[in-house]
Amino acid sequence: MKRFKLKTPARYGINTALTVLLYVLLSLIVSATGLRGEYYKGIIITVGINVILATSLNVVCGYLGQLPLGHAGFMAVGAYAGAIFMKATPVANLLRAGNTVAVIPYIIIAILISALVAGIFGLLIGIPALRLKGDYLAIITLGFGEIIRVVLTNIDSVLGFKFTYGASGLARIPKFTSLAVMFVVTALCLFLIHVFMKSRHGRAVLSIRDNEIAAESVGINTTFYKTTAFVFSAMLAGVAGCLYAGYIGSLYPSTFKFMKSIEILVMVVLGGMGSMLGSVISAVVLTALPEMLRAFSDYRMVVYSLALVLMMIFRPKGLMGTYDFSMGDSIEKIVNKVRSKKEVKE
Amino acid sequence: MSFSLLVAQLINGLQTGSVYALVALGYSMVYGIIKLLNFAHGDIIMVGAYMVYFAIASFALPPIVAIILAVGVSTLLGVLIEKVAYTPLRSAPRLSLLITAIGVSFLLENGAQLVFGADQKSMRSMITGTVSMGSIKISMAAVVTIVVSVAIMILLTFVVNKTKMGKAMRAVSEDMGAAQLMGISLNKTISMTFAMGSALAGVGAVLYLCAYPQASPTMGSMLGIKAFVSAVLGGIGSIPGAMIGGFAIGILEALVAAAGFSMWKDAAVFLVLIIVLLFKPTGFMGKKIQEKV
Repeated sequence: MKRFKLKTPARYGINTALTVLLYVLLSLIVSATGLRGEYYKGIIITVGINVILATSLNVVCGYLGQLPLGHAGFMAVGAYAGAIFMKATPVANLLRAGNTVAVIPYIIIAILISALVAGIFGLLIGIPALRLKGDYLAIITLGFGEIIRVVLTNIDSVLGFKFTYGASGLARIPKFTSLAVMFVVTALCLFLIHVFMKSRHGRAVLSIRDNEIAAESVGINTTFYKTTAFVFSAMLAGVAGCLYAGYIGSLYPSTFKFMKSIEILVMVVLGGMGSMLGSVISAVVLTALPEMLRAFSDYRMVVYSLALVLMMIFRPKGLMGTYDFSMGDSIEKIVNKVRSKKEVKE
Repeated sequence: MSFSLLVAQLINGLQTGSVYALVALGYSMVYGIIKLLNFAHGDIIMVGAYMVYFAIASFALPPIVAIILAVGVSTLLGVLIEKVAYTPLRSAPRLSLLITAIGVSFLLENGAQLVFGADQKSMRSMITGTVSMGSIKISMAAVVTIVVSVAIMILLTFVVNKTKMGKAMRAVSEDMGAAQLMGISLNKTISMTFAMGSALAGVGAVLYLCAYPQASPTMGSMLGIKAFVSAVLGGIGSIPGAMIGGFAIGILEALVAAAGFSMWKDAAVFLVLIIVLLFKPTGFMGKKIQEKV
């Protein structure tokens, strides 16, 4: 029997169609629920930002097999870079005038700047940090993350002019992150991660996770690929930071504490290190659920940490393990099953 | 800066440094034996500090009872954490163990926030008065802190080097499997290490409250991380190393603050950590570990 196989363009076509469908669905929910729609919109945008953060951490944590604890630092760098750029542009006036089309180039530039700056920081931190492994890598990235926060808090007193506005916060950032912006950027980020991981470079990263010495002995430049994955992850975190700045409108260094890095890590670990689907699901659930259960907001972090410990003891692979969902594969499987059943009948 | 001010700052640094050193010892011992960076260690200090606070400020118990309570509860908590969270994962990958430790740490922090409230609890200092040496005035608390921690470190060195339990600990940290074959009980030795490390954390909590008489749910995380930096600086797994590292970090902090950069204190500590990890990851006194293929 000839197996049914979807061609690559068809696979991408299906995925694009489904993505568009999801967007239509989300915007329908927001517009149909009237006043509460604004509230839902906020949750959906936060979910999107967290999805980017979790999947980007998953690149280093799940695919590369290292444990960085400074992800919030990259997010902070991206957020400040994007916010400072946006404040310098006439975006606020354009938004007030309702001219959403003219804002788009600025948004693209802001996101690119955020990614670039976060990427540079990722490179500067990654090159020394990735020489270490395991606990040492965790603690050195934690150190870098905290240094970024301390610098953001205190840099104004060194520079002598207002740059980050220190602990009092960078306020009045134009709120450019609409539902559409969030959705497009999130989808693009997920797509980029997917493409990267399916390429030979992604395979090289995976091989480092599985056995670094073996990977090196078959000629994979481990330092290069480790740094690449790290920088890539930092860039995406910067993009998430940029969206966050554009959504929340004001930035405080205290937002990007060590706690924030752990929150992102919890999402990745619970979802399953090495599974993009897992990261997405747990980012969605862990962001949306506390909103639904406002009454229990005091217990949120307790439940998070308890879940983390219990998950490690009883199911250390996380919810999904390293399983990744592929729409194309699933369709192929279903079609092939139906066909083989038909053949048996005949 | 005048000479007496410099000396006063150095004494301050030594005082904080001895707390770091005590906590660093706990990190170092646990790391030496199961190669785990016990993130929850800092939060054990926090629990110990709350015990002291409640004993003295709420129930007006004598300080000695408060100390016994803090050390006892810390020890029990340390062993409990080891039994519940770390023992099931002994054969798991190191990454899982590390994540569990982070989870336990956050559980303690957020649990404390729920139980004790998020605000800072301030109390009267347990030790007051000063000792004068010429023109230099040293607070009694600083003297007690430094003397107690040095005494404990000498005691600990003796226990680890001369007693049977210490020998077992060293054996397990060298080679877990071989130690087990020689008839050493792994569970007992590891629990004992946790108990000793946590007891030191309890003492550290008491001494910390002598210097800064307030307790808050998040006090342990930064303290713990700085103690870990001390342990790395001194060479992880080494007792005199932890002591030297603790003093060095304490003095560094005091000097940075004295130079007028108290806001940059944390950044300076982490910078030292990064430099040490990059150029001499084994620290001052650590042993070099070779990776085998």
